[in-house]
Amino acid sequence: MMSEVVIQKPKNEETKPKKTVKSYVSKFAPLIGLVLLTTILTFLSDKFLTMNNVMNIARQSSINAILAIGMLLPILTAGIDLSVGSILAVSIMVMGIVSINMGLSPILGILVCLAVGAAFGLINGLLLTKLRLPHPFISTLGTMNIARGIALIITAAAPIAGFPYLIQFLGREFVGPIPVSFLLVIAVYIIFHIFLTRTQTGRYIYAIGGNKEAARLSGINVDRVLIIVYVISGLMAGLAGLVMVGRVNSAFPLAGLSYELDAIAAVIIGGASFMGGVGTVWGTLIGAMIIAVLRNGLNLLNVPADFQMAVIGFVIIAAVYVDVLRQRKGKKG
Amino acid sequence: MVTHAGSLLEMKGIKKSFGQNHVLKGIDLDVKAGEVHVLLGENGAGKSTLIKILTGAYEKDAGEIYWEGQKIQLNTPVEAMSLGIATIYQELNVIPELKVYENIFLGRELKRRGKLSLLNQKEMRKEAERCLMMLGQSPALADKQLGELGIGQQQLVEIAKALALDAKLIIMDEPTSSLSGTEVEQLYSCVEQLTEKGIAIVFISHRLEEIRRMGDRITILRDGFKIDTLPVQTTETDYWIELMVGRTLDEKYPKQSFTLGEEGFRVENIEVSGTKEPVGFSVRYGEIVGISGLVGAGRTELARAIFSADVRGGGKVFIDGKEIRIKSPRDAIDSGIAFITEDRKSEGLLLDQPLDFNIAMANMRKFTKKSRLVDLKGIREEAINYIKELKVRPNNIDLHARHLSGGNQQKVVIAKWLCTQAKVYIFDEPTRGIDVGAKVEVYRLMNQLIESGAIVLMISSDLPEILGMCDRVLVMSEGKITADLEIEEATQERIMKAATGG
Repeated sequence: MMSEVVIQKPKNEETKPKKTVKSYVSKFAPLIGLVLLTTILTFLSDKFLTMNNVMNIARQSSINAILAIGMLLPILTAGIDLSVGSILAVSIMVMGIVSINMGLSPILGILVCLAVGAAFGLINGLLLTKLRLPHPFISTLGTMNIARGIALIITAAAPIAGFPYLIQFLGREFVGPIPVSFLLVIAVYIIFHIFLTRTQTGRYIYAIGGNKEAARLSGINVDRVLIIVYVISGLMAGLAGLVMVGRVNSAFPLAGLSYELDAIAAVIIGGASFMGGVGTVWGTLIGAMIIAVLRNGLNLLNVPADFQMAVIGFVIIAAVYVDVLRQRKGKKG
Repeated sequence: MVTHAGSLLEMKGIKKSFGQNHVLKGIDLDVKAGEVHVLLGENGAGKSTLIKILTGAYEKDAGEIYWEGQKIQLNTPVEAMSLGIATIYQELNVIPELKVYENIFLGRELKRRGKLSLLNQKEMRKEAERCLMMLGQSPALADKQLGELGIGQQQLVEIAKALALDAKLIIMDEPTSSLSGTEVEQLYSCVEQLTEKGIAIVFISHRLEEIRRMGDRITILRDGFKIDTLPVQTTETDYWIELMVGRTLDEKYPKQSFTLGEEGFRVENIEVSGTKEPVGFSVRYGEIVGISGLVGAGRTELARAIFSADVRGGGKVFIDGKEIRIKSPRDAIDSGIAFITEDRKSEGLLLDQPLDFNIAMANMRKFTKKSRLVDLKGIREEAINYIKELKVRPNNIDLHARHLSGGNQQKVVIAKWLCTQAKVYIFDEPTRGIDVGAKVEVYRLMNQLIESGAIVLMISSDLPEILGMCDRVLVMSEGKITADLEIEEATQERIMKAATGG
């Protein structure tokens, strides 16, 4: 009786959203930002795009790039790690004690440096998962102060200098014109990329950030993954410390002060979401590069350090705002 | 009261697209003062988008909107509110820590005169009491802490909030989906009181009996088109469904009977949180077992206890007579239990991840190669198969789960559990908030599962669904199983009696 209103069945076509110019722009916004920034600085300063300066940027960016890739993991799980700057300091101070004050082997020193970083990360993870502190902002704020305090106490606030070549190697050496620290960054980022996109734990990190409860009910051991996340973040702080010691040939207890903020900035500028579940390794690399290029360029242009801080503040806000705009456009009921 | 014969609201030729996705393709809607106007359509038909345009949350691409005969622009939620359009969403927008009257005046508190602009609590309380009385509620409610109220009364507070705003049109998006029987009745009588006062209600619901009971007129949407607007009283329910799905549904409940086999699943002495008496039951191959009861009877808690979703109290679970040890959801999954949770968005999906990852999430081990790397291609292929098999639309594997309609999201969640190759499937309200077409597909899938030798349990508050699909019904009340009925002996009355502990 109503056959005339029974219209055609909905077509079952493959609906693939067309990749418009706009969608590319939003996807590659951080990269576009970096390219624009580089272009502008090339015009403003003839010293900017020289081999020497580019390698300089690569070297300068490496510490923050390593901290940032560690920081990406907690942020992907909708968390944060405020303690990385302090962990960096305590790791290198302990390394200084082991390899210089105690005169033990530099290899052991390096291992101890990394182990101390990882150990503090483990503490962060346990505070979050076993003591069930409500948010890693709180637990890592605590360990941030504890680690810094320990770094000051164990050496009575005195710096340690004169590290052996092996320890300085990562931060100081070059392969041809390329700083070893930058090669290290590239290697670390490749490993992280594979880890996050191609391993079970890596995928679980995204799952937990996207929906912790759904992840748990899908049989994911959320606590275990979170502990791994913070251990890796701490480990990267130790590694960044190693690079730093090589660069300045000394370890001092106030090293890495407020470095966590640049690391967070790099992750966020690189397009990761504070709500978790969204963010990429390459975005973080570009975020770290943008900060380094900006600092370097402003230096070349003789902009005072105070102004540089303000500029970086603006960039953080602008980068996140671009993301907000993109999300608003993309949302649908 | 209403003198003009025209409509309170008229929408003409409304169009809306999101990128390449044309959601509304020219929709007309007219709503008269004092009527309950139902919007019916499958998930993805465009109901929520239309509503969002009406509330000013989205801007329309084309079309015209008339309010009391005047052409209007409706670009922001504030504009809609000031016209008198209020919305009661499925997820309530209330603050449990505040009192009822504070909730009613949230964001537009009344102030006393004077420079300090202190709050005029007396006036707010008085006005709140008036609005609550209009809904047939006790005025004493105004001073209660909102968090102490049941979900039904919280919803009434939202309606009172709309009344305090002098709303002329109240949109209710599946208002009864999380209410118990008495709460639903209370809502019905409130709606009657509102329409008597000339307030129009736009009502979205998938419950056909409810539409029949409440609705004056019904507008049916499909694939972004308006199919028809009909008077509720003089048209058949089956006809609505045909218009809605665009084809004749053979059956609402495609029940199939299979030969009953051995006992496959047994639960002993499971402690359901909040009660002392442990619970046990068993399920045989070839039967679909329903778990019925009122909201809060402990059905979901029972399923969560079996699955060890929370800390496990005690009890034993057997599959094929063998006891299995479950200490965590992982153990449950490894033993072959799938728990399709009630709340897709908060417990099932990764909304900002593509479909293939959502589907593979619970069984990543299967896709992890010897090299410890995840086989992305394998995930993709398997997910595409499920998407095809379950007819997920749009069938684009790269789409994020957020962008699917409720019914299709549910299919993705089911695909995730099928992917674990479970033996026992516990469905918790599997058809809540999804349309008739998708419901039938879910039922068919249950048949297929039974046929392939799986165990199927279905928790549902929808009695017709329980009666239509199950072979046996367990009824729960206050954390206990109060009845175990073969389908032949199960009637609405017997189930309700057991559910109310009678």
